Order: sequence, then structure tokens, then C-alpha cells
Amino acid sequence: MRARTRLTNLPLGAAPVVLTLVSSSLILLAAGANPFEAFANIIGGAFESWRKFADVLVALVPLMLCAAGMLITFAAALWNIGIEGQIIMGALFTTAAVRWFPLPSALILPITILAGMLGGALWGLLVGLMRTHGHVNEIFGGLGLNYIAIALTNYFIFGPWKSVDGATMSGTDPFPAAATMPLIAGTRASWPPLIIALLAIAGVYLVLNYTRWGLHLKAIGLNAQAAGRMGIRTTANILLAFAACGALAGLAGSFQTTAVYYRLIPSISSGYGYLSQLVVLLSLLRAEWVPLIVLFFSIISVGSPRLELRMQLDSSLGGILQGSIVLFFLLTRGLQQRLSQRRERKHG
Amino acid sequence: MFIELENIHKHFGRVHANAGISLTVPEGRIMGLLGENGAGKTTLAKILSGYQTHDAGTIYLDGKQASFRSPAEAIRAGIGMLHQDPLDVPALSVLENFELGGLQSGLRKSRASAARLQELCKRFGFSLDADAAVSSLTIGERQQLEIVRLLDQGVQVLILDEPTTGISSPQKVLLFRTLHRLASEGISIIFVSHKLDEVEQLCSSVTVLRRGQVAGSLESPFSPADLVLLMFGKALDITERPDVPLGDSLVELRDGTIRTYRLTMDHLTLELRAGEVVGLAGLEGSGQQLLMRACAGIQPLAGGTLAIAGQDMTRKNYREFARLGVRFVPAARLEEGLISGMSIREHYALIDPNQGNVIAWGNAQTQAAEKISEYNIVGSPDSLVQALSGGNQQRLLLAMLPEKLALLILEHPTRGLDIGSSRWIWEHLLERRLQGTAILFTSTDLDELVKYSDRVIVFSGGMMSAPTPASQVTSESLGYMIGGNLR
Repeated sequence: MRARTRLTNLPLGAAPVVLTLVSSSLILLAAGANPFEAFANIIGGAFESWRKFADVLVALVPLMLCAAGMLITFAAALWNIGIEGQIIMGALFTTAAVRWFPLPSALILPITILAGMLGGALWGLLVGLMRTHGHVNEIFGGLGLNYIAIALTNYFIFGPWKSVDGATMSGTDPFPAAATMPLIAGTRASWPPLIIALLAIAGVYLVLNYTRWGLHLKAIGLNAQAAGRMGIRTTANILLAFAACGALAGLAGSFQTTAVYYRLIPSISSGYGYLSQLVVLLSLLRAEWVPLIVLFFSIISVGSPRLELRMQLDSSLGGILQGSIVLFFLLTRGLQQRLSQRRERKHG
Repeated sequence: MFIELENIHKHFGRVHANAGISLTVPEGRIMGLLGENGAGKTTLAKILSGYQTHDAGTIYLDGKQASFRSPAEAIRAGIGMLHQDPLDVPALSVLENFELGGLQSGLRKSRASAARLQELCKRFGFSLDADAAVSSLTIGERQQLEIVRLLDQGVQVLILDEPTTGISSPQKVLLFRTLHRLASEGISIIFVSHKLDEVEQLCSSVTVLRRGQVAGSLESPFSPADLVLLMFGKALDITERPDVPLGDSLVELRDGTIRTYRLTMDHLTLELRAGEVVGLAGLEGSGQQLLMRACAGIQPLAGGTLAIAGQDMTRKNYREFARLGVRFVPAARLEEGLISGMSIREHYALIDPNQGNVIAWGNAQTQAAEKISEYNIVGSPDSLVQALSGGNQQRLLLAMLPEKLALLILEHPTRGLDIGSSRWIWEHLLERRLQGTAILFTSTDLDELVKYSDRVIVFSGGMMSAPTPASQVTSESLGYMIGGNLR
């Protein structure tokens, strides 16, 4: 019985990867391109130089931070679609801190970090409050708040914070040098965000697996009513989960302004919030798998623009790859569960 | 139809649920299938009705070999089963459910179906409203719907799995009358139960299962002692209920009002002393659940005052009640009590009184292992709670209670449990009285109420009788009061 289970699991484990490669090859063939050349270009694009690989690290930071946050809300079975808005509010609060408060140079960066976390946490808390006290499902509340966050950024960029050269889509004026994160020499990557992102995912792993709070979130996610009867504060914990996820997302938004764009731009979140949900789904909510998946996704994101340069293909193929691997993964997993249930029914 | 089973085997992993069962079901009679929880009754019933396939053995219908791959095949062969939890579609109406499975041509013929439904209901004295949503029916009514649906599809053999769990006593009387009538019309009935008195009352023959095997078969009239001996392999001694001196007044509810969208109850008064057991009788939804939930701090009072151990608790929440040593053990074990998807060890980590920030997994493991052996739970610290049997889930719920409690409130503490487990649970509960714990419980089993309570209160339509000493009531007088004659 066991040998057979392993045999049937093996091909299914590789299935999502194979299915993704096959389906995107078909798309490439339809576009008249050689699939092998395209895949080689994506990987090659990410590793062509140290400077280019450092770009992978740049993409990795917001994805890792958001995925760390999403792990917390997913643990309590909460769908924090509002994470995009939380990234944006982190960026907005950071920019406000830089522009509104004349701070001594040494304090600016720590303050931007705190401001970003505060912005994201407050926006996350709002989603939570709408759910716990207003009976608004967090998916709808989050979506609504995402649009408000986007509109707010645009208001500031085209209004009070418009560039001295006039308002443009390219955002506000650049931050002063003291409000930008130090770089790893010879690259566009900053080291403090990278270290903080790694600490964040490690911290979330520890919290979810070894702390009482992590266990309480899991209990709330599985059965909030029974958890409440056991004396767990469900409302407070749900709010705290949203605030924690928001703080991590806000941190991601803050780093996008202080370490990537050096200013506030209209679509500052770049879809990292949505992408992080795919990461967490692919990890099956296990923090230990997140770094590897984030690295993989970042390589695809950074490598795919080379398709445009070398093969005149649109770089959106990277997004197709990321999306379809998650879909095929969830699909094979669903089928696998169905198969094993059927087997159980048959053989007991 | 005449059914013969020969050497039926069924394994679930390492559990040999049916280990070579052979038996015959006579035509037009009511056969009891008796056994304690986990004896293999439900498995056998599901095999016979196509919900499960057997690993080995043969089924003969009227002498011809048969096997079913699905319930639909079994129904076509004339065998239908009523499950413990009705398998109907709650969102549909009574008529729509009645028509399910009978749509041979693919077209609905609602008028004809409605006429057949009405005729069948009239024949058995059921009052089902064809347009009502199934979700609004009681379990007993859903059972009646299943019976007429299966009969309409032409079943000749009706299997009922623990059909009296969760139905009211008038519904039970009606059910038994219906079954007698069906048998007299030539339908064979298999009545799966662990309740001795019901089997005695209803069945003309009984087959007792023990650990997946046939322990023996008897013809009516049965002696309870013989049945117990077959079920458990030994005689059970009658547990005495030792009296304990009652302590001070513990719960004082004065002129309470409870208001929900279904029921308003007012002028509620209840006094409970330390060490006292009060049983609440009544049909499901007559108000006893609301009173218990109010005493646990789950259902807020719309008026009146509630004091526990001298403290005013009128507007306090469950957590504050819990701090005073009040606990509520719900009937919906997996919905309100335990967390599906978590192991026994994780449950102990959740209730660990040492509220440090880091989980002491070692402690949780030790606690879980200790309680598992103390409470005879079949499982390990790694077992997920949803994989435990109902009886073991109930034991776990009790095992998770703190050692010292002021007030223990239980909904149907022994529902679905066999005699052995029920006795064990009551021994454990009654022991708690020695430290002054008061117990408030509901049950549909009138004998249980009479046997274990100091006083009994009867509920009917939101009205509450005066508490009566259990020594002054019998299950008959209780039944009379439940019917609405509270005085």
C-alpha cells in the first residue's frame, strides 16, 4: 500500500512543473518562438551578471515581506486581498515622514521604516475592523481599501506632492540622499531591506510554529467558535493578524520608496501583494518553503524582460509562468486528494 | 425480500470493522442489529445499502447473488437506508427532495409527485408540508421524508441507522408505529441501534455484533440481561448513584428573560446548589438550550439577574464565566467543542494554563498522553480530533475540562454513545460532585434524566416547569409533561 502511494505521488509531484512548461511552450509556439530559447533566456537573464542577479534580490524583498505577512493572515484563514493597499499605505506614510518631518539624517531611515509599518498596519487594521465589527468580508473590504489607497497616492502625487517640474506619472521628487537605503557596492540592491526581509520570514516561521499566538491563529482559522469557547480572544487576534500582515506589507512599500524608486510613484506596489498570495498558496502555508519559492518567482520576474530584448516577445510571459505553475499545482493537489479519497473508499 | 449475508469482511486500514459476518434477514419482519459503538453495525448497514463496498463475502437477495457499487444500485435492487444524519439536500423543498432519485425520464412531474407524497404521508400519519424548505424541518420530519422517498422508489428492505437519535418522543412513537405497519405489509426492516429498550420494544429478532463479529442472535421476547451479555461479553453491574450532601447556593437566576428570534422566555428562575445535578427535559428547541447557554454566559439575558457563587454575572461574557469555573460542553462536538484539523496534543497546547508566549510542546505531549490513558481514549496525541469516534470525542471534551469546576453544563452528554461509554461518563461526572461541582444537563433519554438528576425541570414551548425531585418522577410522567402538561 505504502509503496503504491509513493509511486503515484511521484509523477503527480512533478506534474505542475511539467504542465506549466508544456502549456507555456504551446503559447510560445503559437507566438512563433522557440520555447527552449525562451526558457534559457529567462534563466540566463537573471544570472547574466552579478549586477543582474542583485536585481533578483531587489525583487525578492517585497515579495518575501508580503508573503511573510500573508502567512499570518492565512494561518487564521483570512484572505487579506487588501495587502496591495497596505503596501501602498506603507509607501505613502514613508513619503510623508520624509517630506513632512525635518529629521536629523541619522534618524531618517529608522523613522521611514516605522512609518511604513504604521501605515500598512493601520490599513490592515481597517480591513480587520470592517470584518469584526462591520460584518464586511475581508475580501471585499480589502479590495475597496486597495482602490482608496491607489486614489490617495495619486492625489498626493498630482496634488500636494507634485514634482517641481509639474505633476507626472513618474511620481514625486526624489528623496534626499539621507532617506535612501545604502547599496551593496556595484549593484542596485540595498542590504538592510534584504536582511530585514530574511529576518521577517524567519520570525514568522517561529511565530507560527512555536508560539502560543501562532497556535491561537491556527485554531481560529480552523474553528473560530470552538477556539472562542476555549478562551481564545478571536476578535483581538484577528485584528492583530491583519495589523501584523499590514505592517510587513507596509514595510515592503516603505522599502520600495527608500531602496528601489527613491520617491513615491503611482503604482508603487507593482502587484507584489497579489503575487505574494500565489507564493503562499504554492508553499501550502508553510513558511519554510517561502524563501525558495520567492527566489524562483523573483528569477522569473527579473529574467523575463530579456525575452523582449532578445526575442521580441512580451515580458508578460513571466507572469504567465508564475500564474500557471500555481494553478497547476493547486489542480494536481486537488486531483491527488480526490484520488486518495476514492482509493480510501475502495480499499478502506 | 429475503436477505442472506455470508462471511462479509471489511477493513479500514488496520481496523477489521466487519470480520466475517453471516446473517439472514427474514422477510416482513423487524430485525434489530445491536452492538456497542464501533461494533461494526453501521459499516455492515452501509455495505448492504451500497454506500461502501465489502472486501470479501457474498450478499444474496432472494437466493441470488448481488453486489452494489452505489446506493442507487442498492435502491434499484430494493434496499434503502436511512442514515443517522439525514442525507437530504437542506436547501431544497420537501417535494424536490422527495423527487430526487426518482426522476427516471429526466423531466419533473411535480403534480404527480406531490400527489404520491401526500398519499404516502396520509397513510403513515406524517404531516409534511411539500413546499417547506428541508432546512426548516426537525430531524424527525426529515426522517419521515426519507422513509416516504425510499418507499416511493420501491424499496423492499429499509435499513435505519440509530433512527431515534435526536427525534422527539411523539415522533419516536410514530416511527415505531410506521415500522410495524411496513413490516406487516411485507417490508423487511433492519433496525440498527445500541439502545436495548428500543430493540426490546420493536424487534421480533435481534442479531448482536461485537468487535465486527456476530456475537449471537435471539428471538423476541428478549431478556435485557442476555442482550447485555451478548453486547459486552460480560454482565454490567448496575451503577449506584451515591448521594452527596449539597453545598451552598451556586447559581441564582432571578426573573430572567431570554429573547431570540424564535422564542421568548420570561420569568425564568433557577437555583442550583453546589454538588447538585439538574436535568432538563423537553423537545429540541423548547428553551432548555437557551437556559443552559444563558447560565454559561453564551446567551445574553434580555432581563433579570444571574449570580454565580455570589457574584453578579448578568452582563458578563463566556470568558468571565469560565474564570469562575463554569464550562459548557456542547452537543455539536466538532462544531463548537473541538477544532477539526488539530491533534489532541494541539488541543492540550491550546488549553495549557501556563500562558507563556512560547508553546511548551513537551508539556502538551505529556498532558495529552496522560489524559488519553486516564480517559481510555482510543487514539494518540497525534490523532486529529475529527478522526476520533463520537464517543472518544466526548471523552476528550471531558478530559479537557479543568480538574476543579464550579458549574458544568452539558448538552446531551451521552448522545450516540453505547451503554458502556455512557456509564463511564456518568461515573466520571458524578464524581465531580464530591468537590462541589454543580451539573446542569439536557437529554432526550428520559431514563437518563430520572436516573442521574437530583431535580428535573421540563420545558415546553419556552415554558419551564417547577423543578421536581427526580425521585418523584418517572420517564412516563416526564413524557406527559414534555407534551405540554407542565403542571
